Amino acid sequence: MIVLERLTKSFNGIKVLDDLNIKFEDQKITVVIGRSGGGKSVMLKHIIGLIRPDSGRVLVNGIDIGTLKRKELNEIRKKFGMVFQDGALFDSINIFENIAFPIRQHTKLKESEIKDMVYSMLGDVGLSGQELKVPSEISGGMRKRVAVARALILNPEIVLFDEPTTGLDPIMSDAINNLIISIHNKFKFTGIIISHNIEGAYKTGDVIAMLYGGRIIEMGSPAEIKNSKNPVVNQFVTGSMSGPINFNII
Amino acid sequence: MDEILAPFEGIGKFILKTIDELGSLVIYLWESTLSIFRYSINFGNLIDQMAFIGVDSFYVVGLTGLFTGMVLSIQSYYAAKIVGVTYMIGPTVALSMTRELGPVLTALMITARCGSSMASEIGTMKVTEQIDALEVMAVDPYYYLSIPRILAAMIMLPIMTILCSLIGIIGGYIVYAYFLGLNHATYIEKIYQYMKLSDIYNGLLKAVFFGIILATISTFKGFETTGGSRGVGRFTTQAVVLSSVYILFADYILTSILF
Repeated sequence: MIVLERLTKSFNGIKVLDDLNIKFEDQKITVVIGRSGGGKSVMLKHIIGLIRPDSGRVLVNGIDIGTLKRKELNEIRKKFGMVFQDGALFDSINIFENIAFPIRQHTKLKESEIKDMVYSMLGDVGLSGQELKVPSEISGGMRKRVAVARALILNPEIVLFDEPTTGLDPIMSDAINNLIISIHNKFKFTGIIISHNIEGAYKTGDVIAMLYGGRIIEMGSPAEIKNSKNPVVNQFVTGSMSGPINFNII
Repeated sequence: MDEILAPFEGIGKFILKTIDELGSLVIYLWESTLSIFRYSINFGNLIDQMAFIGVDSFYVVGLTGLFTGMVLSIQSYYAAKIVGVTYMIGPTVALSMTRELGPVLTALMITARCGSSMASEIGTMKVTEQIDALEVMAVDPYYYLSIPRILAAMIMLPIMTILCSLIGIIGGYIVYAYFLGLNHATYIEKIYQYMKLSDIYNGLLKAVFFGIILATISTFKGFETTGGSRGVGRFTTQAVVLSSVYILFADYILTSILF
């Protein structure tokens, strides 16, 4: 289980996370929604130890990752997979090598075994036959799929998705959402998705949490969030201009 | 009063910034060195970098050495002819190349060719979150990106310096013997007479330091990169300028100590 306790983080005097508390349940997909620039990605980077909090704790299976040394943190990170907003694929190597990268770094498998794993994963994400292309030769949707494949190749316990459908057309967004659901059913990881795509959140999330003003203001099932009485949540999920959300607030 | 103090404030800020940057560089080098002991060295990656710094730089380093040796030979001839010591052209070229010009010019050419590439490659990886991706995949970016480059530069700079110096001496010989029409044997004989092994060793020791300097600064600037594609350009320029300045500065210090 991942627990964020009283997490606070400021950048240049601006508080992005303010006493944030949240628990992510094992093997469920939690979608964290909120406005762009509202601190969702910052929260995600705290979970994987890319950013250290000003105060508060990030507990992964009971271990406070803020106290770990680099090597210990790397051991914890082996439990994770992460899909970056723009894929963050290694642009100088082809798709096969991108997906094989974590295997080569952390296992001593034979080349034939690596090939089997990569081809199987390429099939799971619908990219069979594309393995020799480099990232610049494929579309945004395909890049996201490769990023998903790379994140899942070592069968991690926890998978983080940073805005997996941003920048994609509605059909491709839906395809990525379906992909997340299908791979979750197959691999049973704990998923944390950062998104401001409400329809996608309803579809993929077992739990939805709303981040606003640096903290979680509401958390519940998709149905509960849809029918929330909280005016901020209500304004956000309906996409209304009128309501309590101040457009000057980051 | 403020106007009088303004220049001093500027100087103070510059000194503080330099000390800050130097401190960060030392910490970075220390972190990178530690990662050698944390993980085993990736030899495939190291060999790729050695090929890039060494084999792929052969022509540029060779041409630099050749023309430098040829120019040295001609320039020395004009001076030596006046005092009647043209037989000293060989040692002049050889000592200049092995002690000074070989290591420095090799380092500067490799900084321009490979240092800029190191900074821009790592810088691009930084701004496109590829470095974050490495971290998330539990791969230490210092171990994966810095160490192979720093080690490769340490190993290849002396080798490239030997090539540069040797080709420079040959270039000097071509001018001496064929263009100036002087005695072939004297050139080589006098080199043997005046050059010591320590001249070569000390030149190569310099090259090792220059390799560490150029690769450390270039990769460090890559990791420091912010600000998108413009940032990549800016930090790459900084990497080349700073590496070149530190190489020349280190050259003075090392020359004072070694010779």
